[in-house]
Order: sequence, then C-alpha cells, then structure tokens
Amino acid sequence: MKLEDKKRVLREMVVHRRFEERCYQAYIERKIGGFLHLYPGQEACCNGVMEAARPGYDYVITGYRDHVHAIKCGADPKEVMAELYGKETGSSKGRGGSMHIFDVKHRFMGGYALVGGPFPLAAGIAKGIQMKGGDEIAICFLGDAANNQGTFHETMNMAALYKLPVLFVCENNLYGIGTAIERSTAVVHQHKRVCGYDMEAAETDGQDIEKVYEAAKVAVNHVRSGKGPYFLELLTYRYRGHSMSDSRGYRTREEEEMWKQRDPIYILRDRLIAEKAMTMADYEAMEKEIDAYIENEVIKFAEESPEPKVEELEKYVFADRESQMPWITGKAA
Amino acid sequence: MAEIMYWEAIQRAHDEEMARDPLVICMGEDIGVAGGTYKATKGLYEKYGPLRVIDTPISENSYTGLGIGASFLGVRPIIELMSVNFAWLAMDQMFNSAAKVRYMSGGQLTAPCVFRSAGGAAHQLGAQHSARMEKVFMGIAGLRVVTPSNPRQAYGLLKSAIRCDDPVYINEHELMYNMKGDVPDTEYFHPLEGSEVTRSGTDVTLFGYNISVHWNLKAAEILDKQYGISAEVVDLYSLSPLDREGIRKSVSKTHRAVVVGEEEAPVGVCSEVISVINEECFFELDAAPVRVNSALVPQPYNHTLEKAAIPNAEDVVAAVLKLFGKA
Ligand SMILES: Cc1ncc(C[n+]2csc(CCOP(=O)(O)OP(=O)(O)O)c2C)c(N)n1
Ligand SMILES: [Mg+2]
Repeated sequence: MKLEDKKRVLREMVVHRRFEERCYQAYIERKIGGFLHLYPGQEACCNGVMEAARPGYDYVITGYRDHVHAIKCGADPKEVMAELYGKETGSSKGRGGSMHIFDVKHRFMGGYALVGGPFPLAAGIAKGIQMKGGDEIAICFLGDAANNQGTFHETMNMAALYKLPVLFVCENNLYGIGTAIERSTAVVHQHKRVCGYDMEAAETDGQDIEKVYEAAKVAVNHVRSGKGPYFLELLTYRYRGHSMSDSRGYRTREEEEMWKQRDPIYILRDRLIAEKAMTMADYEAMEKEIDAYIENEVIKFAEESPEPKVEELEKYVFADRESQMPWITGKAA
Repeated sequence: MAEIMYWEAIQRAHDEEMARDPLVICMGEDIGVAGGTYKATKGLYEKYGPLRVIDTPISENSYTGLGIGASFLGVRPIIELMSVNFAWLAMDQMFNSAAKVRYMSGGQLTAPCVFRSAGGAAHQLGAQHSARMEKVFMGIAGLRVVTPSNPRQAYGLLKSAIRCDDPVYINEHELMYNMKGDVPDTEYFHPLEGSEVTRSGTDVTLFGYNISVHWNLKAAEILDKQYGISAEVVDLYSLSPLDREGIRKSVSKTHRAVVVGEEEAPVGVCSEVISVINEECFFELDAAPVRVNSALVPQPYNHTLEKAAIPNAEDVVAAVLKLFGKA
C-alpha cells in the first residue's frame, strides 16, 4: 500500500473503532436499542478488502455487524448513528436499526439479520451486474459460522456455475456467538470448503491490513476480470462480545489478550511510526480529534434529529400507491 | 407451589424428562455450553453431555430435519429454534416431514418432536427479529400448536408435548422468559388441548393467547373499575386444535367477543377464532365480534413506531367500549 493510503486508512480505522466504542456507551445509556453487534478487532478485514476494491462503486452486502462496512462504502457516520438512535434522519429512516443499515446511493446494499441470508442476495447482485454489463463486482462479507447454512453451498454452486462477479469474504473470527468454530464446523479453515465448486480461494491474516490488501487485490482482480467468483478467508477476532448481552464465558481472557496483541490498528500505527511517517504524539492527537468529531458532530446529529412521525408508520411498506395505480387497477394506459 | 420464572419452568421440564428417558434429547444453536439464549437449557449440557444436548451449526432446516429423522426411531428431540424468525428456514422440514409423515405412511411412522421457539416483538429488534408466526403453524395439518402465557403452562405444556406422539410446536415469547408465576412442585402435565377461563365475567369475552392474555387481564381490570363492564378473559393456549367448545361456552354466556393477538390481522389466529364463533354460536351474539391486532407493517425499529404498531390494554379497552357504543 502507498504511504498516503496507509495514513488515510489508519485514520479511517480509528474512526470506525471510536464510532463502535461510542455505540457501546450509547447502548448502555439506552439511546440505542435492539441488538447491537460491534466490529472492534476486525477493522483490517473490511478496510483491507475495500482498499483493493472501489468503495461506493462496487456493491457490498453483509450481515448484522454492518456499521463499519456501510461507513467504508461512503455512508455518513452521522446518518448511521442517527439510524441507531431510531431517528428519521437515519440511513434507513429509523425503520431499520443496527442490523439493517442500508445506503444504496453508496452501493451498500444492506445489513441482514438472518445468518446466511446475504449469500444468495450477493450472487443475485452479481447476476444483475452481469446482465447490465458493468465492471462493478459484488462483495459479500459474512462470518465463519454462516457457512453452515444451506445457502452457503447452494450459492457457491450457482456463483461458480454462472461465473458471477462476486467476491465472498469470510471474516473468520473463530466463533458464532458463543460456539467455537471447531465445535460447529468440521473444517476450521473455511476457504477449503469451496474447492467442491472449483472456486478460487485463499486465506490470510485478517489483522494485518497490508496482508489483507495484497490478498484482496488478487481476489478483486480475479473477479473483475470476468474469471468468476472468489472466496477470501480472513483470520480475525472480535474483541467485544457477540452482541451486547454476552459475557464471553465461552473463551478465555488469555486468548483475548493474545489477539489484542495483534490489534489491527496498532499493527498499522506501529508500522507507520517505525517508518517515521508519524509519531505516537501525532497518533494520540488524531485519536482525540476523532473523538471530538464523533461527539460534536456524529452524536450531536443523532441526538438532535427528529423522531419519525407515528402517522408515517406505514410509509415504505409498499411503493407509492399512485405510481402503481395502472397495475393496481389493471387500467394501464 | 413455587414461584419461578418462565425460563426456569421450561428448563425444569427439560431436566425432568431427560432424567426420566434417555431417548429425550435437545438440540439447537447455543443451547449446550452456552446454556441457551434464554437460559431454557441451562445446566443440561453439564448434566447430560454432548450426545444428548447438542449444539448445532446454524443450519436450521437441516438440524430440524435431523431431529425429525431421529424421532422416526423413537428418539424424542426437543428442538429449539432460537427465534421464530429463523423457523422460516426450518419450515420445510417441520411441515413437509414432521407434520405429514404419519399420514403419508399410513400411520407407520410418526415424528414425536417438540419444536420450541421465541416469537413476538421484544424491544426494538427490528423487522427481521420480531415476527409473530403462530398463524403459519396453526394452519398445518398434523402439527399441534400450543403457546404458554405463564410459567405453569410453559412447564406443563412442554412436559405433555414431550410425551405426546404428535409433533408439537410451542410458541414462546421473547418478553416472557423472566415472567414469574406459580408452578406446582409435583410433576404436572398441562393438557395440550382446551382453553382456560383466566378471569370470569358476564358482559364480553376477551379472547387471547400468550402475551395478549396479559393485555386482556389489564383491560378487564380497567373495564371493571372505570366502566362497570364485566369482561371474561379466555386463554387460548392451544391454537391447534382450537377449543371450539370453550369458545362457544364463553360467547354463549357473554354474547360479545373481542379477540386479541399480537399478530398482524390478515389470515390470523384472531380471524380464525372469529370464524369459529360464527360457526359455533352466531345466534348467541349481540354484536359482531371484533379483533385487535398489530399494524400490518414490517416491525419498525424506532421505539415510538414500534409501540404504535403493537396493541396494548388500552386498545382492548377502546375496542370493548366501541362494542358497547360508548366510544
Ligand atoms: C438464520 C439465523 N439463525 C440464527 C441466528 C442467530 N445468530 C445471530 S449471529 C449468529 C452467529 C453467526 O456467526 P458468524 O457467521 O461467525 O458471524 P459473526 O457474528 O461471528 O460475525 C447466530 C447463530 C440468526 N440471526 N439467523
Ligand atoms: Mg464468527
């Protein structure tokens, strides 16, 4: 990666981390409700892959752990936070919530709450790209445990069969909620699972963004050049519990500590410091500045935004009725 | 009688049945080492081990099918679907295999499985985690559907469901796991069929099931205190089969019916109950029966919109007042 890019991405990753940590606090203050799944620890996955792709141009879809992916695609953190607050100004107008961030103008095609649900949707988006003849690709970010859904195998088969321009990124954080991967899955290394479909696949360290970036470049080039789907497995770890009601009794503090030694943000920061591209003081100042931005702009926006109107409860259930009258009445001109 | 929580009641039923019969097993996501999302299987893994308390992959349709297959050989699986929203993925096996196999095989095979799942809107869980699906299950021939409104029923219905040779779907509620209530200290089997008069009254019957029973009890209190209307509250804990006789009896006494459910109205439990009223005791009615349901929207995340979408005791009171021409 170019030095300029590394500096920019470090900053973005810190925004992502601080955003998520602030969500944690807001949840405890009961400003955010529902289920909240946070991303700290996995930042290099989304960032590394998207640096190799074209955020806002390529289509991205994921599960419920979706805030950072949306922001990376170009969603305004203010709108994402407002969504978490359930406000009318939120990315989904307060109707979606944490698990359902959507920002279609930045081609972030949404977060979905059913494990495995996005696999076929991603392949479908790729089919759409294929039909329309563009050079975008579809990128599907999901976890490791999701690969035990039938949709995984059914989709891998179709994606390979139809040579669809879709990149499957498996963020293997070793757990599905409280179940360790070796207790749910016969094969721990997920990239091995697609060989049955003759699909190109690779595995790399998901904590080091430069390694993710290099592997993703190969993957993205493969998909964009029309050679069909690709499966990229990233070995990573989530620092917080699965969602907010998780006391992490299923894993040891030693294991967590080991992974914290491999914090994706610190790996990149220390590298930039070693390369003399920044100092620790620069980093700390940046962190402070980002916290201020999150507090003074992001949180402020969410706090001050209006609630949706109760009279508009049924808005967005269907397309605007007037526009559909020809078909509703059968009286198409 | 001890006062215990709804989840504890379910846990106790599991534990007793597993201790009694080595062929009773339970399976589902995070039910073993983690003890279950709602603690309904807490401590069972430690006690009965991984062969009988099975942590499954997230493969709803296939592990449900696996449980059903085992039940063909006499195993009695209690299959937990973490949330009813995920049960959509298992419906193929539940409906096409479990519910039909006895009929299709001319009685040679049966699937004595229990499916348990949490349904209902809880706190801002959004469109894909708030489904009320009892309406779907109750329309399937060959499947029993029960839905406990308190810890006693939660315990006793599960006990009976495990023993029953038919597949039984138990519809629980996310908001009710911590609800407390009396459960008999001695073993107790709740009938899988029938209904209960939870509060006796003379002027109008409030039919409900699961969480709506509680709205109805609150509404009956308000109606009594503030309006002098005596409401009878009937708990339809069995949705399939519905207790036609119990419905007829109550309506024949009060001559008015309001049917309350958290589901959306179309093709629902409530419309079914109203059909039963029409079929059983139309000429007993002094007014057309009405229903109180959720708005027909994907459940909104925003707290205010969420509340607006779900009915409550005040909505029940309003419906009754309207029935009496007092609104
Ligand atoms: C169909 C379905 N089944 C079960 C769940 C409950 N659930 C939510 S996340 C999750 C674990 C998913 O793990 P993984 O795919 O590894 O993603 P991670 O959360 O680790 O990022 C489960 C079982 C669900 N949301 N959808
Ligand atoms: Mg995982």
